[in-house]
Amino acid sequence: MSTKKSTRESTRKTRAAATPKRTAARAAAKAAPIASASGFMAHAYAMEAEAAERYAEFADSMEMHNNRDVAELFRKLSRIEQRHADQILEQMGSKQSPAPSANFRWEGAEGPETADPTELHYLMQPYHALQIALHNEKRARDFFAHLAKVTANAGVRKGALEMERDEAEHVRLIEEWLKRTPVPDFNWEADPDPPMLSD
Amino acid sequence: MNSPAVAAPITAQAFKSDYKPIWCPGCGDYSVLSSFTKAFAKLDLRPENIAVVSGIGCSSRIPAYTTCYGFHGVHGRSLAAASGLKLARPDLTVVVASGDGDGYSIGGNHFLHACRRNVDLTYVVMDNHVYGMTKGQPSPTTEPDWDSKLSPGGTGLRTFHPLVIALAAGANFVARAFSGDPNGTADIIAEAIRTPGFSFVEILSPCVTFRPEQREWKQLARPAPVTTTDDAARAARRIMTDDGFNIGVLYKGGRKPYQPSIGKGKKRPSDLEAEFAI
Repeated sequence: MSTKKSTRESTRKTRAAATPKRTAARAAAKAAPIASASGFMAHAYAMEAEAAERYAEFADSMEMHNNRDVAELFRKLSRIEQRHADQILEQMGSKQSPAPSANFRWEGAEGPETADPTELHYLMQPYHALQIALHNEKRARDFFAHLAKVTANAGVRKGALEMERDEAEHVRLIEEWLKRTPVPDFNWEADPDPPMLSD
Repeated sequence: MNSPAVAAPITAQAFKSDYKPIWCPGCGDYSVLSSFTKAFAKLDLRPENIAVVSGIGCSSRIPAYTTCYGFHGVHGRSLAAASGLKLARPDLTVVVASGDGDGYSIGGNHFLHACRRNVDLTYVVMDNHVYGMTKGQPSPTTEPDWDSKLSPGGTGLRTFHPLVIALAAGANFVARAFSGDPNGTADIIAEAIRTPGFSFVEILSPCVTFRPEQREWKQLARPAPVTTTDDAARAARRIMTDDGFNIGVLYKGGRKPYQPSIGKGKKRPSDLEAEFAI
Protein backbone atom coordinates (compact mmCIF):
# COMPACT_ATOMS: atom_id res chain seq x y z
CA MET A 1 0.00 0.00 0.00
CA SER A 2 1.36 3.43 -0.86
CA THR A 3 2.06 5.98 1.83
CA LYS A 4 -0.51 8.30 0.29
CA LYS A 5 -3.26 5.76 0.47
CA SER A 6 -2.54 4.83 4.06
CA THR A 7 -2.48 8.50 5.07
CA ARG A 8 -5.77 9.03 3.36
CA GLU A 9 -7.38 6.08 5.07
CA SER A 10 -6.12 7.22 8.42
CA THR A 11 -7.58 10.67 7.74
CA ARG A 12 -10.95 9.11 7.13
CA LYS A 13 -10.70 7.07 10.30
CA THR A 14 -9.81 10.21 12.24
CA ARG A 15 -12.82 11.96 10.85
CA ALA A 16 -15.15 9.06 11.56
CA ALA A 17 -13.84 8.77 15.09
CA ALA A 18 -14.39 12.44 15.93
CA THR A 19 -17.77 12.62 17.61
CA PRO A 20 -19.98 15.35 16.19
CA LYS A 21 -21.22 16.10 19.69
CA ARG A 22 -17.79 17.06 21.00
CA THR A 23 -17.01 19.20 17.94
CA ALA A 24 -20.35 21.00 18.13
CA ALA A 25 -19.99 21.65 21.84
CA ARG A 26 -16.55 23.11 21.21
CA ALA A 27 -18.04 25.24 18.42
CA ALA A 28 -20.76 26.66 20.63
CA ALA A 29 -18.35 27.23 23.48
CA LYS A 30 -15.79 29.03 21.32
CA ALA A 31 -18.29 31.20 19.48
CA ALA A 32 -19.12 34.65 20.79
CA PRO A 33 -22.43 34.52 22.69
CA ILE A 34 -25.62 34.98 20.69
CA ALA A 35 -27.31 37.64 22.75
CA SER A 36 -30.83 37.93 21.35
CA ALA A 37 -33.57 35.94 19.65
CA SER A 38 -33.18 37.97 16.45
CA GLY A 39 -29.41 37.40 16.56
CA PHE A 40 -30.10 33.71 16.96
CA MET A 41 -32.35 33.66 13.90
CA ALA A 42 -29.68 35.48 11.87
CA HIS A 43 -27.16 32.80 12.79
CA ALA A 44 -29.59 29.98 12.09
CA TYR A 45 -30.21 31.53 8.68
CA ALA A 46 -26.47 31.87 7.98
CA MET A 47 -25.94 28.22 8.93
CA GLU A 48 -28.61 26.97 6.52
CA ALA A 49 -27.59 29.34 3.71
CA GLU A 50 -23.90 28.35 3.99
CA ALA A 51 -24.86 24.66 3.92
CA ALA A 52 -27.05 25.19 0.84
CA GLU A 53 -24.26 27.05 -0.96
CA ARG A 54 -21.71 24.33 -0.20
CA TYR A 55 -23.98 21.51 -1.40
CA ALA A 56 -24.63 23.48 -4.61
CA GLU A 57 -20.85 23.75 -5.13
CA PHE A 58 -20.54 20.01 -4.59
CA ALA A 59 -23.33 19.36 -7.11
CA ASP A 60 -21.56 21.53 -9.71
CA SER A 61 -18.30 19.75 -9.07
CA MET A 62 -19.85 16.30 -9.44
CA GLU A 63 -21.69 17.38 -12.58
CA MET A 64 -18.39 18.49 -14.13
CA HIS A 65 -16.95 15.06 -13.37
CA ASN A 66 -19.96 13.30 -14.82
CA ASN A 67 -20.98 11.74 -11.50
CA ARG A 68 -24.64 12.43 -12.14
CA ASP A 69 -26.28 10.45 -9.33
CA VAL A 70 -24.23 12.19 -6.67
CA ALA A 71 -24.63 15.57 -8.39
CA GLU A 72 -28.40 15.13 -8.28
CA LEU A 73 -28.29 14.14 -4.62
CA PHE A 74 -26.19 17.15 -3.63
CA ARG A 75 -28.50 19.40 -5.66
CA LYS A 76 -31.44 18.00 -3.70
CA LEU A 77 -29.65 18.55 -0.38
CA SER A 78 -28.87 22.12 -1.41
CA ARG A 79 -32.53 22.76 -2.21
CA ILE A 80 -33.59 21.32 1.16
CA GLU A 81 -31.13 23.55 3.06
CA GLN A 82 -32.18 26.58 1.03
CA ARG A 83 -35.80 25.86 1.88
CA HIS A 84 -34.89 25.84 5.57
CA ALA A 85 -33.09 29.15 5.15
CA ASP A 86 -36.12 30.64 3.39
CA GLN A 87 -38.41 29.38 6.17
CA ILE A 88 -36.24 31.16 8.73
CA LEU A 89 -36.45 34.38 6.70
CA GLU A 90 -40.22 33.99 6.59
CA GLN A 91 -40.38 33.53 10.35
CA MET A 92 -38.32 36.67 10.74
CA GLY A 93 -40.69 38.54 8.44
CA SER A 94 -37.71 39.60 6.37
CA LYS A 95 -37.02 39.55 2.64
CA GLN A 96 -33.31 40.27 2.84
CA SER A 97 -30.62 38.03 4.26
CA PRO A 98 -29.96 39.10 7.86
CA ALA A 99 -26.33 39.73 8.74
CA PRO A 100 -25.03 37.86 11.81
CA SER A 101 -23.18 40.04 14.31
CA ALA A 102 -19.79 41.09 12.96
CA ASN A 103 -17.72 39.52 15.72
CA PHE A 104 -19.36 36.11 15.55
CA ARG A 105 -17.23 33.26 14.18
CA TRP A 106 -18.12 29.63 13.72
CA GLU A 107 -15.51 27.65 15.59
CA GLY A 108 -12.88 29.68 13.72
CA ALA A 109 -13.94 28.11 10.41
CA GLU A 110 -17.36 27.20 9.06
CA GLY A 111 -20.88 26.58 10.29
CA PRO A 112 -21.68 23.22 11.92
CA GLU A 113 -23.91 22.24 8.99
CA THR A 114 -21.42 23.13 6.24
CA ALA A 115 -19.88 20.11 4.55
CA ASP A 116 -16.12 19.64 4.42
CA PRO A 117 -14.92 19.88 0.78
CA THR A 118 -11.96 17.55 1.33
CA GLU A 119 -14.41 14.67 1.84
CA LEU A 120 -15.30 14.65 -1.87
CA HIS A 121 -14.03 12.09 -4.34
CA TYR A 122 -14.85 12.01 -8.04
CA LEU A 123 -15.93 8.34 -7.79
CA MET A 124 -17.98 8.75 -4.63
CA GLN A 125 -21.47 7.26 -4.51
CA PRO A 126 -24.81 8.46 -3.11
CA TYR A 127 -24.12 6.51 0.07
CA HIS A 128 -21.01 8.63 0.72
CA ALA A 129 -22.90 11.85 0.02
CA LEU A 130 -25.56 10.84 2.53
CA GLN A 131 -22.89 10.00 5.11
CA ILE A 132 -21.55 13.55 4.70
CA ALA A 133 -25.07 14.96 5.10
CA LEU A 134 -25.72 12.82 8.17
CA HIS A 135 -22.51 14.02 9.81
CA ASN A 136 -23.51 17.66 9.18
CA GLU A 137 -27.06 17.24 10.48
CA LYS A 138 -25.74 15.62 13.66
CA ARG A 139 -23.29 18.46 14.18
CA ALA A 140 -26.09 21.02 13.67
CA ARG A 141 -28.37 19.17 16.12
CA ASP A 142 -25.65 19.02 18.75
CA PHE A 143 -24.70 22.65 18.21
CA PHE A 144 -28.26 23.78 18.97
CA ALA A 145 -28.57 21.36 21.89
CA HIS A 146 -25.44 22.81 23.46
CA LEU A 147 -26.51 26.38 22.76
CA ALA A 148 -29.89 25.72 24.44
CA LYS A 149 -28.02 24.40 27.47
CA VAL A 150 -25.56 27.28 27.88
CA THR A 151 -27.52 30.38 26.85
CA ALA A 152 -28.85 32.77 29.46
CA ASN A 153 -31.40 34.25 27.07
CA ALA A 154 -34.88 32.66 27.13
CA GLY A 155 -35.61 33.62 23.50
CA VAL A 156 -32.37 32.07 22.28
CA ARG A 157 -33.08 28.91 24.31
CA LYS A 158 -36.56 28.57 22.82
CA GLY A 159 -35.22 29.00 19.29
CA ALA A 160 -32.30 26.63 19.88
CA LEU A 161 -34.58 23.89 21.25
CA GLU A 162 -36.86 24.26 18.24
CA MET A 163 -33.91 24.04 15.84
CA GLU A 164 -32.53 21.06 17.74
CA ARG A 165 -35.83 19.24 17.20
CA ASP A 166 -35.80 20.11 13.48
CA GLU A 167 -32.23 18.92 13.05
CA ALA A 168 -32.96 15.71 14.97
CA GLU A 169 -35.78 15.05 12.53
CA HIS A 170 -33.37 15.61 9.61
CA VAL A 171 -30.97 13.13 11.17
CA ARG A 172 -33.77 10.58 11.32
CA LEU A 173 -34.80 11.22 7.71
CA ILE A 174 -31.25 10.83 6.40
CA GLU A 175 -30.75 7.65 8.40
CA GLU A 176 -33.90 6.30 6.73
CA TRP A 177 -32.63 7.42 3.35
CA LEU A 178 -29.31 5.68 3.98
CA LYS A 179 -31.10 2.40 4.70
CA ARG A 180 -32.61 2.53 1.20
CA THR A 181 -29.25 3.36 -0.44
CA PRO A 182 -26.86 0.66 -1.70
CA VAL A 183 -23.64 0.33 0.30
CA PRO A 184 -20.60 0.81 -2.01
CA ASP A 185 -18.20 -2.03 -2.81
CA PHE A 186 -14.97 -2.09 -0.82
CA ASN A 187 -13.02 -0.98 -3.92
CA TRP A 188 -15.28 1.87 -4.95
CA GLU A 189 -12.26 4.18 -5.31
CA ALA A 190 -10.52 1.92 -7.83
CA ASP A 191 -10.07 3.69 -11.17
CA PRO A 192 -8.68 1.64 -14.07
CA ASP A 193 -7.38 4.89 -15.60
CA PRO A 194 -6.26 6.96 -12.62
CA PRO A 195 -5.17 10.60 -12.85
CA MET A 196 -1.97 9.85 -10.89
CA LEU A 197 1.40 9.69 -12.54
CA SER A 198 3.14 9.64 -9.22
CA ASP A 199 1.81 6.36 -7.80
CA MET B 1 -42.99 61.79 -1.08
CA ASN B 2 -40.99 58.75 -1.96
CA SER B 3 -37.93 58.10 0.14
CA PRO B 4 -34.70 57.81 -1.86
CA ALA B 5 -33.98 54.25 -3.04
CA VAL B 6 -31.25 52.51 -1.08
CA ALA B 7 -29.15 50.12 -3.16
CA ALA B 8 -29.23 46.59 -1.79
CA PRO B 9 -25.83 45.39 -0.58
CA ILE B 10 -24.07 43.29 -3.20
CA THR B 11 -23.86 39.57 -2.47
CA ALA B 12 -20.93 37.19 -2.97
CA GLN B 13 -23.04 35.34 -5.52
CA ALA B 14 -22.99 38.40 -7.80
CA PHE B 15 -19.25 37.85 -8.33
CA LYS B 16 -19.64 34.22 -9.46
CA SER B 17 -19.89 33.61 -13.19
CA ASP B 18 -21.99 30.92 -14.88
CA TYR B 19 -18.90 28.85 -15.65
CA LYS B 20 -18.56 25.87 -13.36
CA PRO B 21 -15.07 25.19 -12.03
CA ILE B 22 -13.40 22.07 -13.40
CA TRP B 23 -11.09 21.55 -10.42
CA CYS B 24 -10.97 18.08 -8.89
CA PRO B 25 -13.70 17.43 -6.30
CA GLY B 26 -12.22 18.26 -2.90
CA CYS B 27 -9.68 20.81 -4.26
CA GLY B 28 -9.05 23.74 -1.92
CA ASP B 29 -9.36 26.20 -4.79
CA TYR B 30 -13.18 25.99 -4.66
CA SER B 31 -13.07 27.56 -1.21
CA VAL B 32 -10.56 30.18 -2.34
CA LEU B 33 -12.97 31.21 -5.12
CA SER B 34 -15.67 31.52 -2.48
CA SER B 35 -13.32 33.64 -0.34
CA PHE B 36 -12.59 35.94 -3.29
CA THR B 37 -16.29 36.58 -3.86
CA LYS B 38 -17.01 37.02 -0.14
CA ALA B 39 -14.13 39.51 0.17
CA PHE B 40 -15.37 41.53 -2.82
CA ALA B 41 -18.89 41.63 -1.35
CA LYS B 42 -17.55 42.56 2.07
CA LEU B 43 -15.73 45.54 0.53
CA ASP B 44 -18.90 46.46 -1.38
CA LEU B 45 -16.97 46.46 -4.65
CA ARG B 46 -18.61 46.01 -8.05
CA PRO B 47 -17.49 43.41 -10.63
CA GLU B 48 -16.84 46.12 -13.22
CA ASN B 49 -14.33 47.77 -10.88
CA ILE B 50 -12.22 44.67 -10.31
CA ALA B 51 -9.70 42.87 -12.54
CA VAL B 52 -8.58 39.35 -11.66
CA VAL B 53 -5.30 38.52 -13.41
CA SER B 54 -3.67 35.09 -13.48
CA GLY B 55 -0.95 32.98 -15.06
CA ILE B 56 -1.14 29.25 -15.76
CA GLY B 57 -2.12 26.34 -13.54
CA CYS B 58 -5.16 25.04 -11.67
CA SER B 59 -5.40 28.15 -9.49
CA SER B 60 -5.05 30.45 -12.49
CA ARG B 61 -8.43 29.35 -13.80
CA ILE B 62 -10.07 31.60 -11.23
CA PRO B 63 -10.71 34.73 -13.39
CA ALA B 64 -13.21 32.85 -15.59
CA TYR B 65 -15.23 31.81 -12.57
CA THR B 66 -15.85 35.41 -11.52
CA THR B 67 -17.94 38.14 -13.13
CA CYS B 68 -15.04 40.60 -12.82
CA TYR B 69 -12.74 41.61 -15.64
CA GLY B 70 -10.27 38.78 -16.11
CA PHE B 71 -6.92 38.17 -17.76
CA HIS B 72 -5.68 34.57 -17.96
CA GLY B 73 -2.15 35.32 -19.05
CA VAL B 74 1.20 33.74 -19.69
CA HIS B 75 2.86 31.27 -17.30
CA GLY B 76 4.53 33.14 -14.44
CA ARG B 77 3.87 36.58 -15.91
CA SER B 78 0.65 37.50 -14.15
CA LEU B 79 2.37 40.09 -11.95
CA ALA B 80 3.90 41.86 -14.95
CA ALA B 81 0.51 42.10 -16.66
CA ALA B 82 -1.19 43.15 -13.43
CA SER B 83 1.40 45.85 -12.66
CA GLY B 84 0.90 47.37 -16.10
CA LEU B 85 -2.85 47.24 -15.70
CA LYS B 86 -2.84 48.88 -12.26
CA LEU B 87 -0.51 51.67 -13.40
CA ALA B 88 -2.63 52.35 -16.46
CA ARG B 89 -5.95 52.03 -14.59
CA PRO B 90 -5.33 52.97 -10.94
CA ASP B 91 -9.09 53.15 -10.42
CA LEU B 92 -9.40 49.36 -10.73
CA THR B 93 -8.95 46.95 -7.84
CA VAL B 94 -6.42 44.47 -9.23
CA VAL B 95 -6.17 41.02 -7.70
CA VAL B 96 -3.63 38.51 -9.00
CA ALA B 97 -4.13 34.75 -8.64
CA SER B 98 -1.35 32.22 -8.88
CA GLY B 99 -0.05 28.90 -7.62
CA ASP B 100 3.25 27.74 -6.14
CA GLY B 101 4.60 26.62 -9.52
CA ASP B 102 3.44 29.62 -11.54
CA GLY B 103 4.27 32.11 -8.81
CA TYR B 104 7.50 30.87 -7.24
CA SER B 105 9.21 28.99 -10.07
CA ILE B 106 8.27 30.25 -13.52
CA GLY B 107 7.27 33.62 -12.09
CA GLY B 108 9.80 33.72 -9.25
CA ASN B 109 11.72 36.68 -10.58
CA HIS B 110 8.57 38.71 -11.16
CA PHE B 111 7.53 37.91 -7.60
CA LEU B 112 10.74 39.40 -6.15
CA HIS B 113 10.53 42.59 -8.15
CA ALA B 114 6.80 43.05 -7.65
CA CYS B 115 7.49 43.01 -3.88
CA ARG B 116 10.28 45.57 -4.38
CA ARG B 117 8.21 47.77 -6.64
CA ASN B 118 5.20 47.82 -4.29
CA VAL B 119 2.49 48.55 -6.84
CA ASP B 120 -0.94 48.60 -5.21
CA LEU B 121 -1.89 44.96 -6.01
CA THR B 122 -3.15 41.99 -4.05
CA TYR B 123 -1.26 38.82 -4.92
CA VAL B 124 -2.94 35.57 -3.86
CA VAL B 125 -0.96 32.37 -4.22
CA MET B 126 -2.76 29.05 -3.76
CA ASP B 127 0.00 26.80 -2.49
CA ASN B 128 -0.43 23.00 -2.61
CA HIS B 129 3.27 22.09 -2.85
CA VAL B 130 2.83 20.40 -6.23
CA TYR B 131 2.22 21.05 -9.93
CA GLY B 132 -1.32 19.68 -10.10
CA MET B 133 -2.33 20.57 -13.63
CA THR B 134 0.65 18.75 -15.16
CA LYS B 135 0.07 15.69 -12.96
CA GLY B 136 2.15 15.90 -9.86
CA GLN B 137 5.69 17.21 -10.35
CA PRO B 138 7.44 18.73 -7.31
CA SER B 139 7.17 22.52 -7.07
CA PRO B 140 9.44 25.01 -5.24
CA THR B 141 7.49 24.50 -2.00
CA THR B 142 7.48 20.68 -2.14
CA GLU B 143 9.15 19.03 0.84
CA PRO B 144 12.63 17.70 -0.09
CA ASP B 145 11.71 14.14 0.93
CA TRP B 146 8.37 13.89 -0.89
CA ASP B 147 8.71 10.57 -2.64
CA SER B 148 6.88 10.10 -5.94
CA LYS B 149 7.36 8.34 -9.25
CA LEU B 150 8.44 11.63 -10.77
CA SER B 151 10.95 12.39 -8.01
CA PRO B 152 12.01 9.03 -6.54
CA GLY B 153 13.36 9.49 -3.03
CA GLY B 154 12.37 13.17 -3.09
CA THR B 155 14.10 16.12 -4.71
CA GLY B 156 16.47 16.71 -1.80
CA LEU B 157 16.11 20.41 -2.54
CA ARG B 158 15.58 23.07 0.07
CA THR B 159 12.02 24.43 -0.04
CA PHE B 160 11.31 27.95 -1.17
CA HIS B 161 10.13 30.16 1.71
CA PRO B 162 7.73 32.60 0.02
CA LEU B 163 6.63 34.66 3.03
CA VAL B 164 10.15 35.45 4.20
CA ILE B 165 11.28 36.15 0.66
CA ALA B 166 8.34 38.53 0.19
CA LEU B 167 9.31 40.33 3.39
CA ALA B 168 12.97 40.58 2.42
CA ALA B 169 12.03 41.87 -1.02
CA GLY B 170 9.77 44.59 0.40
CA ALA B 171 6.13 43.40 0.27
CA ASN B 172 3.98 45.76 2.30
CA PHE B 173 1.49 43.17 3.59
CA VAL B 174 2.19 39.50 4.20
CA ALA B 175 -0.39 36.94 5.32
CA ARG B 176 -1.01 33.22 5.38
CA ALA B 177 -4.49 31.74 5.04
CA PHE B 178 -6.04 28.29 4.78
CA SER B 179 -8.68 27.31 2.24
CA GLY B 180 -10.46 25.22 4.90
CA ASP B 181 -11.46 28.49 6.58
CA PRO B 182 -13.12 30.38 3.70
CA ASN B 183 -14.63 33.05 5.95
CA GLY B 184 -11.31 33.79 7.65
CA THR B 185 -9.59 33.77 4.26
CA ALA B 186 -12.16 36.24 2.91
CA ASP B 187 -11.37 38.57 5.83
CA ILE B 188 -7.64 38.36 5.08
CA ILE B 189 -8.12 38.99 1.35
CA ALA B 190 -10.37 41.97 2.14
CA GLU B 191 -7.72 43.39 4.46
CA ALA B 192 -5.04 42.81 1.81
CA ILE B 193 -7.07 44.71 -0.78
CA ARG B 194 -7.74 47.55 1.67
CA THR B 195 -4.02 47.89 2.48
CA PRO B 196 -2.21 50.13 -0.04
CA GLY B 197 0.82 48.71 -1.80
CA PHE B 198 1.80 45.16 -2.69
CA SER B 199 -0.13 42.71 -0.53
CA PHE B 200 0.88 39.08 -0.57
CA VAL B 201 -1.49 36.38 0.66
CA GLU B 202 -0.31 32.78 0.63
CA ILE B 203 -3.24 30.36 0.90
CA LEU B 204 -2.62 26.74 1.85
CA SER B 205 -4.96 25.01 -0.58
CA PRO B 206 -4.80 21.19 -0.55
CA CYS B 207 -4.42 19.17 -3.74
CA VAL B 208 -6.44 16.09 -2.84
CA THR B 209 -5.51 14.29 -6.06
CA PHE B 210 -1.71 14.38 -5.97
CA ARG B 211 -1.17 15.19 -2.28
CA PRO B 212 -4.10 13.44 -0.52
CA GLU B 213 -2.18 13.61 2.75
CA GLN B 214 -2.83 17.39 2.68
CA ARG B 215 -6.33 16.61 3.95
CA GLU B 216 -4.55 16.61 7.32
CA TRP B 217 -3.94 20.35 7.00
CA LYS B 218 -7.32 21.04 8.55
CA GLN B 219 -5.96 19.53 11.76
CA LEU B 220 -2.77 21.61 11.59
CA ALA B 221 -3.85 25.10 10.49
CA ARG B 222 -4.66 27.46 13.39
CA PRO B 223 -4.65 31.20 14.05
CA ALA B 224 -1.15 32.59 14.57
CA PRO B 225 -0.62 33.08 18.32
CA VAL B 226 0.83 36.55 17.71
CA THR B 227 -0.53 39.92 16.64
CA THR B 228 0.32 41.56 13.34
CA THR B 229 3.61 43.43 13.43
CA ASP B 230 4.96 46.32 11.37
CA ASP B 231 8.53 45.19 12.06
CA ALA B 232 9.71 43.15 9.06
CA ALA B 233 12.65 41.58 10.93
CA ARG B 234 10.40 40.39 13.74
CA ALA B 235 7.86 39.03 11.24
CA ALA B 236 10.64 37.21 9.38
CA ARG B 237 11.93 35.60 12.59
CA ARG B 238 8.43 34.43 13.47
CA ILE B 239 7.81 32.99 10.01
CA MET B 240 11.19 31.26 9.87
CA THR B 241 10.53 29.51 13.16
CA ASP B 242 6.87 28.53 12.79
CA ASP B 243 5.77 25.22 11.25
CA GLY B 244 4.06 26.78 8.25
CA PHE B 245 0.53 26.50 9.63
CA ASN B 246 0.16 29.77 11.55
CA ILE B 247 -2.71 31.62 9.89
CA GLY B 248 -3.27 35.36 9.89
CA VAL B 249 -1.86 38.71 8.86
CA LEU B 250 1.80 38.36 9.80
CA TYR B 251 3.14 41.70 8.63
CA LYS B 252 1.65 45.04 7.69
CA GLY B 253 3.99 47.88 6.78
CA GLY B 254 3.51 51.48 5.82
CA ARG B 255 5.41 51.80 2.53
CA LYS B 256 3.97 54.18 0.00
CA PRO B 257 2.74 52.36 -3.12
CA TYR B 258 4.73 52.81 -6.32
CA GLN B 259 3.51 55.52 -8.64
CA PRO B 260 5.46 56.23 -11.84
CA SER B 261 6.72 59.77 -11.99
CA ILE B 262 5.44 61.34 -15.16
CA GLY B 263 7.65 64.39 -15.64
CA LYS B 264 8.14 66.79 -18.47
CA GLY B 265 8.47 65.08 -21.82
CA LYS B 266 7.16 61.80 -20.47
CA LYS B 267 3.85 60.55 -21.68
CA ARG B 268 0.87 59.36 -19.72
CA PRO B 269 -0.73 56.02 -20.65
CA SER B 270 -3.67 57.92 -22.15
CA ASP B 271 -1.29 59.91 -24.41
CA LEU B 272 0.32 56.70 -25.58
CA GLU B 273 -3.08 55.18 -26.17
CA ALA B 274 -4.06 58.14 -28.34
CA GLU B 275 -0.80 57.87 -30.25
CA PHE B 276 -1.34 54.21 -31.05
CA ALA B 277 -5.03 54.52 -31.88
CA ILE B 278 -5.73 53.76 -35.52
